[in-house]
Amino acid sequence: MKTIQKKESREPLLRISKRDYMPTWQALGVRLIGLVIALVICAIIIYAIVKLNPLKVYGAMFVGAFGTSKRMWVTIRDTMMLLCIAVGLAPAFKMKFWNIGAEGQVLMGGVVAAGCMIYLDTYVPTIPLIVIMFIGGAIAGGLWGWAPGFFKAKWNTNETLFTLMMNYIAIQLTSYFVALWENPFGSNSVGVINPNTRIGWFPHIFGQMYTLNVIIVAILVVAMYIYLNYSKHGFEIAVVGDSENTARYAAIDVKKVIVRTMVLSGAVCGIAGALAVAGASHTISTSTAGGQGFTAIIVAWLAKFNTFAMVPISALLVFLSKGSMEIASRYNLSDYVSSMITGIILFFILGSEFFIRFNLKFRSKKKEASES
Amino acid sequence: MKKTFAIMIALVLVLAMVGCTAEQAAQVQQAAEQVANDPAVQEAVNEAAAAIEAAAGEAPAADAFKIGVILVHDENSGYDLAHIEGMQAAQATLGLTDDQIIYKYNIEETEMCYDTAVDLAEQGCNIIFSDSYGHQSHMMQAAAEYPDVFFVACTGDTAALQANKNVANMFPFTFESRYVSGVVAGMKLKELMDAGTVTDPYIGYVGAFPYAEVVSGYTAFFLGIRSIVPEAHMDVQFTNSWYDPIAEAEAANALISKGCVIIGQHADSTGAPSAVQAAQDAGKVVYSVGYNVSMLAVAPTAALTSAQNNWGALYTPMIDMYMKGETLPTDLAKGYADGGVMISELGASCAPGTAEKVAEVEAALKDGSLNVFDCSTFTVAGEAVTTYLGLDTDGDWVNDTGEAIADGVFEESVLRSAPYFAMDIDGITKLN
Repeated sequence: MKTIQKKESREPLLRISKRDYMPTWQALGVRLIGLVIALVICAIIIYAIVKLNPLKVYGAMFVGAFGTSKRMWVTIRDTMMLLCIAVGLAPAFKMKFWNIGAEGQVLMGGVVAAGCMIYLDTYVPTIPLIVIMFIGGAIAGGLWGWAPGFFKAKWNTNETLFTLMMNYIAIQLTSYFVALWENPFGSNSVGVINPNTRIGWFPHIFGQMYTLNVIIVAILVVAMYIYLNYSKHGFEIAVVGDSENTARYAAIDVKKVIVRTMVLSGAVCGIAGALAVAGASHTISTSTAGGQGFTAIIVAWLAKFNTFAMVPISALLVFLSKGSMEIASRYNLSDYVSSMITGIILFFILGSEFFIRFNLKFRSKKKEASES
Repeated sequence: MKKTFAIMIALVLVLAMVGCTAEQAAQVQQAAEQVANDPAVQEAVNEAAAAIEAAAGEAPAADAFKIGVILVHDENSGYDLAHIEGMQAAQATLGLTDDQIIYKYNIEETEMCYDTAVDLAEQGCNIIFSDSYGHQSHMMQAAAEYPDVFFVACTGDTAALQANKNVANMFPFTFESRYVSGVVAGMKLKELMDAGTVTDPYIGYVGAFPYAEVVSGYTAFFLGIRSIVPEAHMDVQFTNSWYDPIAEAEAANALISKGCVIIGQHADSTGAPSAVQAAQDAGKVVYSVGYNVSMLAVAPTAALTSAQNNWGALYTPMIDMYMKGETLPTDLAKGYADGGVMISELGASCAPGTAEKVAEVEAALKDGSLNVFDCSTFTVAGEAVTTYLGLDTDGDWVNDTGEAIADGVFEESVLRSAPYFAMDIDGITKLN
């Protein structure tokens, strides 16, 4: 077949073929090279546009994210938040269910958690209240995930649009509750909830404010990994994701798997919402999710639904955003410069996936394809 | 072939990185030597070395007085620009260097504010300012954790209620400049009515949020107009955002189509004045009174003037008192008498005699002979107001104290710096 084609037309300069497999270390190497090239290109742009020493700028980014122990903990806290949402998205995306509704699921979890803090502060002490907040957040997020899952299973609705629209409903509902709980009246802001009693706030553990965030998300990361890779449910999700027909042939109840998985996905995102309220902001606003529901999609995909791989990816994204803020402040740059750097780095990391999944073959004079 | 190429790239990159590290190490070493030789050279240590030192966790020099400024937007928002200019004025007056002031732009009214305040405190800031109302509760949270640092939430209202005393609120007498801008609008309105161009003295107002700060502002603006045109009436449309050019333009257009001839605003963008200029260009008789910055750039013939705050008049004494080691007031508010507020340059469309009238009103405000909220000039539900609870400590208006009315005058920004005039006076209709 190949030889016949070659005779009929000239071999193209570049042929792309899918790779069967690339060893992990090699794949890591490709990503690292992508990152380094991105840094070099950013360096050139930084120097060309703003005439700053790129090394100083990178140094400042590092200082911005890890310069003090406080900063490091804020970076860790935000990484945990992003990671938690990505972990929530993993089962849905592994099932090829395009859940772009994490933003709404997070917000609903956050609203319920904030409601618990506001209404139960005089009745329930902090520790049981936190448990209630997480259960409530998981239920609210789960409900927000259930709806598109159920409609998909029952009437085969388009989950991408459905989950996206659910985001807007969640944002409007959040606005409603912000207006309901606003303090003072008319300010359109809830403000810090229970600022003096700190009821419902995560307690300090080992002297740190955000230790509990790390513990909870670490548990979720491990549990989700086991669930996806070593449980019957996880296997069913993988099969449904690969082919619904195969799943049906294997007597898997596809509808049940879809609904169950979306409830789980939404519930974990709801937990992320409770985490944001109880463990970080201690308030609720429409920006509580802050677009992280969408950023987490990148994390989940880059990690190929491996929850452990999500850890460094979330950390990198949060590092980039913290670092960007620092250079914007220190060098008086507009935010756009730092967004540009983040964009270039993301572009190259995503681009390196292409070289991992596909093999490029250049036309060779000797008519032999070089293996690399 | 490809393999060789990949290896070459990798080698080049590795070498480049090694080179960089060596260069940085050399810089650090050089810096360290300089410091070791002469402490005075410390300032000359280049920034790369400083960055690495900071990364290593070294605290900044304790003796350097530092100020942190948290801004909700950047210089593109008139409101934030006014704060930046105010801080620059304070810097010039007090002889501070650029390194002593750290600005943080685009800080959301979320935990991002708390994180930033904490970060500024960790960087060695002695006094930290935030410019937006929604920053306040996050500032207070940081203040409780950093008792040695002073936190000032501009436009906030809860400093006096805090257990810890390292907090304050500041607010200029914006109601005074709004009153004066109302007088300017009233002069124009009178001119239009005398000429017969306008028969219905109908005012529109684009407000941000329906709470005291905004209510106080538009009421003062309305009273200013009514001091010239007693039969004027006003509609207020809220946008529920401090800065939303599109929503502000839409609100202005809605008010114009209802027949408003003057559009005032308490929102931070140029959305409303631009819309007014567009409507005027399309043949409508309508004029704009802005806020924060002169709107003549975006509305050359439609803009009359803008009510402005001079934050420098507040930043300067606050920082000065701190530097002298004096006890800082929990609330600081300044008006015309201290240069805390002003109006921007009068537009070409202003009625003749406006400048003289403005000078007269400003003088009366300065010497105290004119009070903006004179209770004899307004009624609520047809009744004169004789008593009003000024302060609310916990959001429910129950069991609070603070009589705001004395000698027939509602005393705004006296019980605390943030406005608390929240009455719905007759003549003003809220549309949403």
